[in-house]
Amino acid sequence: MTTDPVEPILSARGLHKSFGRTPALNGASLVLQPGESVAITGPSGSGKSTLLHCLAGVVRADSGIVTFRGTRLDELTTDDRTRLRRVSFGLVLQFGQLVPELSAVENVALPLLLEGRPRAEAAASALQWLERLEVGQVAGSRSLAMSGGEAQRVAIARALVTSPDIVFADEPTGALDTVTGELALDVLVKAIKETGAALVLVTHDNRVAAVADREVVLRDGVVEDETDHPGAAG
Amino acid sequence: MSLGTVLLGVLADGPLHGYDLKREHDERFPAARPLAYGQVYATLTRLQRDGLVETFETRQEAGPERTVYAITDLGRDELARWLDETEQPGPYAADELVRKTITALHAGADSQRYLRRQRAVHLTAMRDLTQQRAAAAEVGTRIALDHTLAHLDADLRWLEETRERIAHDDGGPT
Repeated sequence: MTTDPVEPILSARGLHKSFGRTPALNGASLVLQPGESVAITGPSGSGKSTLLHCLAGVVRADSGIVTFRGTRLDELTTDDRTRLRRVSFGLVLQFGQLVPELSAVENVALPLLLEGRPRAEAAASALQWLERLEVGQVAGSRSLAMSGGEAQRVAIARALVTSPDIVFADEPTGALDTVTGELALDVLVKAIKETGAALVLVTHDNRVAAVADREVVLRDGVVEDETDHPGAAG
Repeated sequence: MSLGTVLLGVLADGPLHGYDLKREHDERFPAARPLAYGQVYATLTRLQRDGLVETFETRQEAGPERTVYAITDLGRDELARWLDETEQPGPYAADELVRKTITALHAGADSQRYLRRQRAVHLTAMRDLTQQRAAAAEVGTRIALDHTLAHLDADLRWLEETRERIAHDDGGPT
């Protein structure tokens, strides 16, 4: 990785976001270092998913700034932001959200095809990732024919196939039982460590939060003071 | 178990003799085993020796002479130190978490700060165990770690629920 280790890969300052009259974020800030994994936790309605979506450029904050490698997301054109999301960011959601009409290998190859990569090359990369995540056997299957754990691993493969700098995961094991979820999570964390990507994880599950290097607790749309945590700087 | 500091927490509300101290303790911690009188007096003797409590007065009513104990300034310092200290997560930590939180509430200490810091300590322990489990080759080791992790998870849920309950508490039924 060429980034200076003291230079954050992603930083968010003073994010505010409301849905109608309901505030979701009230000045949330967060800094992510390259290769770091952070779990965003907090009570229901504290703004966890909204923060993740703002960081990932899926949702625009009403005010506040998100920068990726020093570039403000709100200053990018729509096309550039879409490309950033497709290439530099990987997204894993609670229910996988695979395209049901496509097979596993087609789902995983999709981000590469959208980038204009040749079909054969995209399919080969996709298959490689499916095998790496131990779901090579479902390469030709559609999502309805897969178990929840298999579908989630396929979704993880799709998020990693472009070798993103950051993977955003919103309750990635929320739809799985404990052991299946743990296995899918192990696979995600191992792959992230191997590729050197950073991870931002939203979860209400302590066992999922425990895989991250650091926890950021959100309450009422703001990040709770971390300074009095034992071991925290300052 | 730090019975001494828990009793200091009870005495922080005002001087009491041994009998009332035991009764107040048992009321505060209904899920704990009731204290034996011998245990209370032995602890008070130790606390007095260490300068954490002092004799407030000696009463002679119908029965035998009764000593009323009061917390000293040193005792208040010791109580504040204990309330500020997070606990090492482990199989027997849960009782201590409950004792500390309830004592903090009675003492008017910042229980939210304690609960927040305790969560961070628990999550750090959970992170270490999770890494150990991921590296464990034997299923037996993973199962044993699962058990410890499940207990830590239960503590963490309780810590979180307690924060919410305290934050939303309107004083309860009167």
